[in-house]
Amino acid sequence: MTPILAFLAALGRPVLALCAGVGRFSLFAFGAFWRLFAPPWHLREFWRQALRIGYFSLPVVGFTAVFTGAALALQIYMGGARFNAEQVVPSIVEIGILRELGPVLGALMVAGRVSAALAAEIGAMRVSEQIDALRTLSTDPMRYLTAPRLAAGILTMPLLILVADSLGIFGGYLVGVRRLGFQPDAYLQATIAAFQWMDVVSGLVKAAVFGAVITLMGCYHGFNAGRGAQGVGRAATNAVVGASALILATNYVLTELFFGS
Amino acid sequence: MAEHSSPKAAPNSPMIEWRRTDKRFGSNHVLRGIDLQVARGESCVVIGGSGTGKSVLLKTALGLLKPDGGEILIDGQRVDHLSEAARFPLMNRMGVLFQGGALFDSLRVWENVAFRKLRGAGRRALAEAKEAAVEKLRRVGLGPDAAERYPAELSGGMQKRAALARAMMADPEILFVDEPTAGLDPIMSGVINHLIREIVTESGATAVTITHDLSTLRTVADKVAMLHQGKIIWQGPVAEADTDPNPCLRQFLAGRAEGPIEAVR
Ligand SMILES: Nc1ncnc2c1ncn2[C@@H]1O[C@H](COP(=O)(O)OP(=O)(O)OP(=O)(O)O)[C@@H](O)[C@H]1O
Ligand SMILES: [Mg+2]
Repeated sequence: MTPILAFLAALGRPVLALCAGVGRFSLFAFGAFWRLFAPPWHLREFWRQALRIGYFSLPVVGFTAVFTGAALALQIYMGGARFNAEQVVPSIVEIGILRELGPVLGALMVAGRVSAALAAEIGAMRVSEQIDALRTLSTDPMRYLTAPRLAAGILTMPLLILVADSLGIFGGYLVGVRRLGFQPDAYLQATIAAFQWMDVVSGLVKAAVFGAVITLMGCYHGFNAGRGAQGVGRAATNAVVGASALILATNYVLTELFFGS
Repeated sequence: MAEHSSPKAAPNSPMIEWRRTDKRFGSNHVLRGIDLQVARGESCVVIGGSGTGKSVLLKTALGLLKPDGGEILIDGQRVDHLSEAARFPLMNRMGVLFQGGALFDSLRVWENVAFRKLRGAGRRALAEAKEAAVEKLRRVGLGPDAAERYPAELSGGMQKRAALARAMMADPEILFVDEPTAGLDPIMSGVINHLIREIVTESGATAVTITHDLSTLRTVADKVAMLHQGKIIWQGPVAEADTDPNPCLRQFLAGRAEGPIEAVR
């Protein structure tokens, strides 16, 4: 093979692999969504997953939100001071948290926690033939494993992000009042004055989409895990990386849709 | 159980049939034209060296692995090209014991056994399902305290027996059993062997059992099939297996290192 052809082949191979991967993932996602709307549903599985994905992510997400809000308040104060505009702190913190930082950072944290766990769990089930066993018990693994996790992700993420939003704004408030010399009443009034439903709603829609991304990526990589412990480990890594990247990309697209003019 | 069988199948047609079934994984040509029939109500035991493809043979019949060539018929119906969903009604008539047990480790042992009765078409009241599961567990020698535990808290042999209880749960017409006695003590092996035999004799189920264990062979088998180098090299009634001069069969049954079957594979 000539060097040029070899170069083109080396370029083409990963591109083709990527396209094939995107195609496979899309089919997987389609299959999962389709099963959300057609019975039978496995409700018990759904509740267990909602608890696991939503409730047990509360500490990480809350922790992230408080400190993000706090750091944001500090930065905006220092940035605003250059234009004598320190008064924008409450409103910018609010907009930043509600629109972007709450949903995106919250989702990234949940991606690290949940995508990896889902991929490892389902990958291990595959390796130990539990997925095959499901089939022999006349149970569709996509319906029994993926659909409840997807539903749990879509429904619990907005609730989780609602908590993150509140705690993020609270973090900004704490820094504003304790460190930056704002009057508590004035800070709260500025926050309320800047409040817009659209900011919250757009963030929650994002959260639902991210919930789908996180659970689908986890399940997809679990179902496609290689054999053995190594395969399961790699599936977990790929799930987190894939979910995080897709969260950031869809976040941009959603922001364009909501706020791009 | 004859009322379950589909009307179009002739009553004397085999329950399970592999026809020239071929399966390869890359360059590894595992099954090279399997021809094997298992009659209704018959118990067929498949023997063969480790790694010869016995588990693969079973999984082709279950549709978990797609054969690369040939046909597989169950109850007179082609099953090798069925979609997953189309296979579910068939699966309702089967019980499967996987070589590794394959219990769901997020569910308690009794929930595993009662899996079919807790969801889907065969759904029953919780108490009723649990009672039935505990009864099946008792038959494989596991008490009510084991039923409450998670699979990871059981020994390997106990997991295997719990998995057998799950396979038997729906009173299957067809039983696929992959190494039921591996990892069990001789007494428990005897209990399990007699249990499988009992299921076949009492309920008229058709069974395919894979084993290395000669006591299983003698207790469970009506018919013996030996797999070697991707082919069924010998099959016949269990009584003839002891007298047949086939050198592979003789070597396997005597457990000798010297013979046509290489010890290093
Ligand atoms: N999913 C798979 N992918 C690739 N190769 C496989 C797969 N399953 C089985 N094999 C290969 O097929 C061959 C037969 O495997 P199989 O598990 O059927 O052996 P076996 O006869 O059941 O052995 P044992 O008695 O040790 O259980 C082996 O060489 C194995 O490596
Ligand atoms: Mg095997």
